[in-house]
This record gives sequence, structure tokens and C-alpha cells, in this order.
Amino acid sequence: MNIIIAGDGKVGSMLTRQLSTEGHNITVIDSNAKVLEATIERYDVIAVHGNCASMDVLMQAGVKDADLLIAATSEDEVNLLCCTTAHALNPKLHTIGRIRNPEYTEQIYRMRNVFGLSMVINPENQTATEIDRLLKYPGFLRRDTFAKGRTEIVELRVSSGSKLCNVRLMDLRNIVRCQVLVCAVLRDGNAIAPKGDFVLREGDRVFFTALSQNLTTLLKNLDILTRRVRNVTICGGGRISYYLASRLKRSGISSRIIERDYERCQELCELLPDAEIIHGDITDQDLLESEGMSMSDALVTLTGIDEMNMIVSLYAASQGVPQVITKLSHTSNLNLIDNLSLGSVVCPRDLVCNNIVRYVRAMENQTGAAISVHTIADGQVEALEFLVDEHTRNCGKSLKEIKLKPNILLVSISHGATTEIPNGDSVFQKGDTVVVVDTNSKEIIRQLNDIFA
Amino acid sequence: MNFKMMGRFIAQILSIEGFFMIPALCISLYCGDSMAVKGFLWTILLIIGCVFLLMMICRGAPSAFYAKEGLVCVGASWIVLSAIGCLPFWISREIPSYVDAFFEIVSGFTTTGASIVPAVEDLSKGILYWRSFSHWLGGMGVLVFLLAFTGGKGQGFTMHLLRAESPGPSVGKLVPKMRTTAAILYVIYIVITLLNIVFLLLGGMTLFEAVCHAFGTAGTGGFGVKNDSLASYSPYLQNVTTVFMILFGVNFSCYYLLLIKEWKSVFKDEEVRLYFGIILASIALIAWNTRDLYGSLEETIRHTAFQVGSIITTTGYATVDFDLWPSFSKTILLCLMVVGACAGSTGGGLKVARLLLLLKGVRRNIRRMLNPRRMEVVRNNGSVVSETVLDNTNAYLSAYVVIIFLVFLVISLDGFSVATNFSAVLCTFNNIGPGLEAVGPTCNFAAFSDLSKLVLCWAMLAGRLEIFPMLVLFSRNTWRNR
Repeated sequence: MNIIIAGDGKVGSMLTRQLSTEGHNITVIDSNAKVLEATIERYDVIAVHGNCASMDVLMQAGVKDADLLIAATSEDEVNLLCCTTAHALNPKLHTIGRIRNPEYTEQIYRMRNVFGLSMVINPENQTATEIDRLLKYPGFLRRDTFAKGRTEIVELRVSSGSKLCNVRLMDLRNIVRCQVLVCAVLRDGNAIAPKGDFVLREGDRVFFTALSQNLTTLLKNLDILTRRVRNVTICGGGRISYYLASRLKRSGISSRIIERDYERCQELCELLPDAEIIHGDITDQDLLESEGMSMSDALVTLTGIDEMNMIVSLYAASQGVPQVITKLSHTSNLNLIDNLSLGSVVCPRDLVCNNIVRYVRAMENQTGAAISVHTIADGQVEALEFLVDEHTRNCGKSLKEIKLKPNILLVSISHGATTEIPNGDSVFQKGDTVVVVDTNSKEIIRQLNDIFA
Repeated sequence: MNFKMMGRFIAQILSIEGFFMIPALCISLYCGDSMAVKGFLWTILLIIGCVFLLMMICRGAPSAFYAKEGLVCVGASWIVLSAIGCLPFWISREIPSYVDAFFEIVSGFTTTGASIVPAVEDLSKGILYWRSFSHWLGGMGVLVFLLAFTGGKGQGFTMHLLRAESPGPSVGKLVPKMRTTAAILYVIYIVITLLNIVFLLLGGMTLFEAVCHAFGTAGTGGFGVKNDSLASYSPYLQNVTTVFMILFGVNFSCYYLLLIKEWKSVFKDEEVRLYFGIILASIALIAWNTRDLYGSLEETIRHTAFQVGSIITTTGYATVDFDLWPSFSKTILLCLMVVGACAGSTGGGLKVARLLLLLKGVRRNIRRMLNPRRMEVVRNNGSVVSETVLDNTNAYLSAYVVIIFLVFLVISLDGFSVATNFSAVLCTFNNIGPGLEAVGPTCNFAAFSDLSKLVLCWAMLAGRLEIFPMLVLFSRNTWRNR
């Protein structure tokens, strides 16, 4: 596919890397020539220098032949204009625009067609959604949803004294007493596709595939306390905090936002009538204590500074806050971070990129590509959802008869309204959707047939 | 100070007053009361003379007009209005003392309804009409009338006038043009008054009495045409008056919202809800407290509702002598005197909107004391109330309390009981009318000394004009040249 990426920032460059390695033809537009130069040197793409919202520049970037345009500059208005212009130049073009200003959310949603937008991405809102989902099931570090929300891959950390410690996967069923499948284990920074005789150790991060309805049972049988979260302390009052607090309010969770900037506090007061806004510096431990941090059910660090988020999260975890969620903008040091008790880590950039890549793959779906793709285990493992079609081999055979490539697992089969966690006797038919987990990141799975040996 | 511009304003206001004296003059001519005819005729002639004189002096006025001029203009014009408006009473000898006449007309224009006339029924029809009409004109405001039906060329400065004259913590226009805003308010006002007249006529009241009572109700004034106020009228007429009093105590912009079919925002309006909540709660409490006083439940509710409606909207009509009620009921009425009607209505008092803001401010301060770092904004109907408005409201309350006690102190010189004096201050400053004991519904203010009467006049004007226009007249900064 021919893809134009407008704006070569954090998200832009990550998308460039991901999409170009997947074999798409990428054109990058940016107004900063230096950044472009660096991009050309690193990736196999072409670059156009200029204002991405101008018709000339878009024509130069080949908008007429492009299939998709992703506008991810720092300005909402530029992104909008860029998408609208491009769509007018090429009505068949799909456009994805990044719009982050909360004031526009409603109108963008209503006027998608007017603006010529195929999809709107709002990193802050997505991050808030993700955090909200995590808060719904305290205990899981991460949740990814497949098969229209019926199957999930959830992440758990094996802590000392956990029921999972020193358990062979074969025996797992007796403990959790529901259908689950361990699809990957992250040990010492390396992703492993575990076999039945694999023994879980303290410190492992385990990725379970489970039906959504079984999540509560899973947590209960693992003795992981899941008290419903009632109040959340949010550190930092940025846009994510705003989205998060308004989401939490809808599910009846009270939030307390601590923000350093007085003016911003005032704005938040006006925007969020029900949240408690506290003006103060979160690096001050006295403040955190006097604001009852240790009494809150969860703490989310959302300041713009990764280091600050990490330190506050560490402190909160040490004070026994049941659930801690840390936002990190840069995930380059994940190996290091893995050993720290930061709770769940969310990265807005990764969320956005995953989302866009999913969209790109869905566009390719006509050719049998994945419906959705989730990167888990610090980017080392991919979980892909496929539709079984007439070209798929091995339809109707039971799984034990099929030989899969090494390090590849088939973790879920959805047939119509029923979804199952497969065992050796399971079969898939044309029209089913299946979820495949790929721990061998060297080879890219493009089609379902790629998983068969 | 732009005295010439203010002179022109006062001239215009006087001509409005003169114009509205003509119906009163006609009534006097029709009834053949030669003294009253003389009073109105001389006054009208005097007004014509003054207007010409002022117009001559104030030719070519510069158009610079700011907040200061606005405030002073409002204060001064109300004083002039009253000083001239009382002349018919005095010239016709129906109220022999000028101070008494002045008190009576100030009480009229400020929609107070406190009277010094011992026997209202002895007054001639023309004088009674003028007395009641002063309520109607004062209720919505003379300057608003000026803006609505004459001026028209007014630029931004007209906002200063509206702000100074219309009651409430924050004044907003309904539509972009001030003139249209003022006209809409007056049209709503006139329509509801006419409705009131029609309902009273249906109840068998004579046209003259219906018009006078409707004027008193509309302006939330309280001058009647009988000594016993509304006690001798039928229950139907009393109930009609109760309903209309309460209606005139609602913010007029609500009626505008109803007109443009914004039902939801009216029913969700916090001030309106609190207003009706207070009314219902007070009726329930007083009805319970006075349950043994009247023959039937219907009678108890009717009298209670009438008195509560009359006091909270600061009208001041009465169907019973509430001075005879148990002290719990009387205390509730005293509290209602302070609360007053909604902002933007014709009623007086502290205003429900201010009470709401004050309570919310207190709640915020309590929370802030418990948690000093917590930030919070005060909201009204979901939108944020600016700190300036909150400051003004607090300042208003301070001025309000100080004035009450100063006036209380001055009129105590006359030697009446504390309850009399205190209720006299409350019911004049809040523009209600009857108070307790010696100034109760069956008595009047005639017994006070001239000094007390003048101070109470000032209090009535201050209460009607939201205090500050009357205070700035005493500020040195006002009279100093820029």
C-alpha cells in the first residue's frame, strides 16, 4: 500500500518504522528538513519537505495514488486541514487524523464525513480508555481484547507468595479452574512461548488468554484481591487526566487530581465539576500523604515527565497502594523498568501506533491479512486476529493434526457467537475468527497460512 | 462627572413621571376631587418647567458616560423622582407633611408599601391610583423604562444604568440590544399585570381596585386601597393575589426563556428551585405552627401561603394580622424578609441568587479549610461563577448587614421596642412594608420622627437600588474630578 505519513514526530517515526518494515511504500511529509534527513537515513522511505496541509505538497507526496494518509503533526487544525484537503484531492483515500483537543471531540465525531476523516485518533483519550479498562479489573497489568470483546489476553505478574509460583503449566488448570491458556511468559526481559512442562517463577510476567466472562473467576481463584476501585488519585492534570476523570465519573469512581500549575487547576475545576482538584507538587511526599494517597484504591501517574511518574509510582507501590498505573512516553528502557514495581505501564505512543497498524492491516484484510494486531510483552510478542476464509489450509482438521511453526500458538477460536479457548480436539471452519500469538518476532505473519509449518 | 448628561437623563425621567401623572389627573377630574386635581396639575406644570430648564442648561452635553456616572445618575434620579412625585400628596393636603408625603412616595417607588397614612380609605381615588402606580413604575425601574421606550440611541453605557437599577448579583442582557432587552422585560411585565387585572375582575373586584391591586402585586409593592389590605376580599381574590405575587418574584428572564421555549433551563434553574423550595417549606412550617388559629385547613393554608408569598416577594399585602402569630412563624417571616425574591424580579431583599452564592461560597470555604490545597470553583446552573461576582456578593452582604445595624441604631432614638425597630428596618430596607408590633400589618409608620422617616427613606432607596448607587452618593471619590 502507498501510505503518506504527515508529521515526523514521535508517533510519525514509530509508524514509519513499523509500516515500512511491513513492506508498505511510505512517504513522509514534515516541515523540518533535519528530521526528514534522519528519517531517510534510517528507513527505506521517501520524504517531502513542506507544509502537509498545502495542496502542492500533498500532490508532490503523491496523494493521487496513495491509499492511506496519516496526519500526525502536533497541530490539530493542521491535521484536520491536511485530511480534508487530501480527501478532496483523492476521494478514495483513507485518512487518519490525530485530534487531541477535547473541545473538538464531539464535533469531529459528528462531522467525520465533512472533514473527510476515515478515523480519528486521540492518543490521550485512548490512553485514558486503556487506564479505565485496567482500573475495571485491578490485578491485571494489561488487557487486550479480541473477537469483539469476547476473548482477552491479560497480563499478570507472578509475585512472591502467589499461587502461581513454581507451578507447572500442565497443573495450572487445577488452580484456576477455568479455561485459560498461557500464551507467553516474559522472563528476564525475554519472551518465551511456554510448553506444558514450563514452570512459572517469581517475577515472571504471564500472558493468559481467557474468555472475558472468566476474568473474574481467574482472579478469584488466583487469590488476587479485586476490590472494586472507588477512588483514584491522578498525578498531573494534563489531557489524559481530564479524559480519565470524566470516564471514571461515568462509572461512579471519584477522582482526585493533583496538578502543579495553578491556572491549569482552575481550568480543571471548571471542566470537571465532580473531581477534586488539588494544587500542589506531587514530588512532595508530605502532600501525597496529606491528600490521602495511601487511602486511595489506585494511583495513576500522568505527568509529562517519565522520571517523575516512575518515582511517584515506586513510592506509591512501596506505600501499599493496591493498584498503580504509570504512564511512560518513552519505552526504550523497558528492560530496566521491568524490574521496578511500576504497576501497569501505559504508553500513549504505542497505543496509537498499535491502533493505526491495526487499521492498516484491516485495510489489507481483503487479501487475508490480520483483522487486528496487538503487540504485547514489551513489543516482543504479537497477537493477531484472523478471519478463516476459503484459502485457509487445514480447515476442519483438529489442532493436534496440524503442525504449526515453532513459537506460534493458536489461542482462541470464535465461531459465530461462541468463543472457545482451543485444545487439541478443536477445529476451525471457514468464517471463524482465530487469534494467533507469535513469540518469534523475526518473521512477520501476514496471512493465516503463514502459521502453518 | 458629566453633570450635563445626567441632567438630561433626569429631565427625561421627570417627563416620564409627568406623563404618567396624567391618568391620575384624569381620575381626579372624573371624581371631582378639586384638591387632588390641583395637586396633580401644579406638579405636572412644575415638571414641565423643570424639564425645560434642565434641557436648556444641559444642552450640548458630552457623551462621556461611565460606571460612575451610571451609579450617581441612578441614585440621583430616584431621589428627584421621589421628591417631585410626592408633591401631589402634599399640595392636595391629603398628606399634610412633606416628609410624610416623601416617605409615602419613596415607599411607593421602591415597592416597599410601608405607609404613614392612617386611613387609606379617606384618600381620594386619584391619589390612591398614583400611590399604586408608583409601585408599578418603580417595580421594573424607571431607567429601564427610559431605555425601553425612549432612549434607543444608548451605547455601551446603558449597561451601567441597567446594572445599577436591576436587582441581582449579575446582570445580563437577554438579547444583544439593550433597548430590546428592556422592552422585552417591560412587555412581559405589562402582560402579566394585565392578566392579573383580568383575574381580579373575574373575581368581582371593581376595575379601579383591580388595577390598583395589580399594580401593587406587579411591583411587589403592597399599597392597597383598604385599611385592612386584602383581608376583606374573597378567598378567590386572595389566592389569585398569592399566585401573582409569587410569579412576580421569579426572575423575569425565566419568562423570557419560557417564551423562547427553553423549558428545561427554567425548571433546572437552581435559583427558581430554591425559591419555590423556600416558599413551600415556609408554608408547611407556618401552617403547622398556626394550625389552631384558623377554622379550617383551607383557611390556614390560604392565609399562610398568602403571607409567605407576600413577605418573600417583598410585597407586603396581608390578609391576617401576622403579628398575632406564634413567634416561630414570625421569625420565619423575618428570615423570609431578608431572603427576598429572585434576582431580576421586581422583589427586594438579599435575593435568592445571592443567598445561593453565599451558601456555596461558605461550603467552598469550609472545604478549603479542611484541605488548603484543594481548588474548587463555585458553579451556578453548571457554569462557573467568576471570583469577581463572588467578591461583589460578599461585599454586598457586608454593606447590607452594616446598613441594617446603622439604620436600626438611628431609628432606635424614637424609643419604640427593639422588635418594632428591627422589623421596621428589615421591612423598609428589603422593600416589604409591614413589619412587627408597632409597624405590623394593621399599624403604620406615622409614629416615627421625621429623622427616622428620612433615614428609612434612604434605606428603602438603598434596598431597591442594590445599596451601591445610594452609597456612592456619599463617597468622596464620586464628587472628585477625574
